[in-house]
Amino acid sequence: MAEHKHPNYMAIFYYLAILTAVELAVIFMPIQKFYIAVLLCVFAVWKATLVAMYFMHLKLETRTLGLIAVTPLVIATLLVFVLLPDGFAVAKKTSDEKKVAAPAAAKH
Amino acid sequence: MTAATAHGAAAVEPAESPLTPESWGKLGMWIFLAGDAVGFGTLLAGYGAMRATSADWPNPYDVLGINLTALMTFLLICSSVTMVKALEWLSRGDKNRAKMFLLLTALGGAIFVSLQAYEWTHLIHRGLHINGNPWGASLFGTSFFLVTGFHGLHVTAGVIYLLATIGVVMRRPQPMDSYNFVEITGLYWHFVDLVWIMVFTFMYLL
Repeated sequence: MAEHKHPNYMAIFYYLAILTAVELAVIFMPIQKFYIAVLLCVFAVWKATLVAMYFMHLKLETRTLGLIAVTPLVIATLLVFVLLPDGFAVAKKTSDEKKVAAPAAAKH
Repeated sequence: MTAATAHGAAAVEPAESPLTPESWGKLGMWIFLAGDAVGFGTLLAGYGAMRATSADWPNPYDVLGINLTALMTFLLICSSVTMVKALEWLSRGDKNRAKMFLLLTALGGAIFVSLQAYEWTHLIHRGLHINGNPWGASLFGTSFFLVTGFHGLHVTAGVIYLLATIGVVMRRPQPMDSYNFVEITGLYWHFVDLVWIMVFTFMYLL
């Protein structure tokens, strides 16, 4: 039976633990909420990539298997863009309603 | 088929594909996981869309709290490590240690689900329901229970899968006979961990 090569699992574990701690620290950083959201997304994708590459051995597999693994991510990302116009439409409706409501409230 | 090949087929995963030279089973699991990932991706994208279009979406951080969930996240990462350790011991020929680490992984999953049940009970008592809550948009509760419930179901299935895997390791005579099987179980388990990383970020932290 062929000898199986294993990545340094403990190193990946420490890496993941540190990234989780950093993620928790990011929430309390005194920066704009938008930048916190961007940072959190970056860390989430970073951690997910580590798990897939080393724990799921994607790094040792063929490229095509990697493509199979990445496809759902592409589909989910595209779905966000598909849903965006819908979101903007409702957001605009809500803000229009607020504009109508605001002068009425100002009279009081 | 002769008796010898029949036995060989039972002990070692048969046949190979160009993508996964070890077995078709591995390719099958990857394709299943890709499909499952689309399911989770759709749920999370839907969550994002509902939240973006809502005027009174509660701040998840204030309602849900993250102390317990951060612990749960850490627990799931630990159980991923015990999973790969089981595989490592199997390749070194130590079946007993491999079984012990598989059991630890299943235990980690079981504790995770228990903590989730505790969290849910707590939140339901505070008024977070699937069709409404005191903090704002009722869809907040709907999406929370749907997404974390779907993930919790995966963890529960994973614990059962892990226990079945221990049975397979015990039944097959040589440690390497079950290597491929355990690696495929690991793929599923790490995927559940990976999804939780996403769910934790999008539903609790953001």
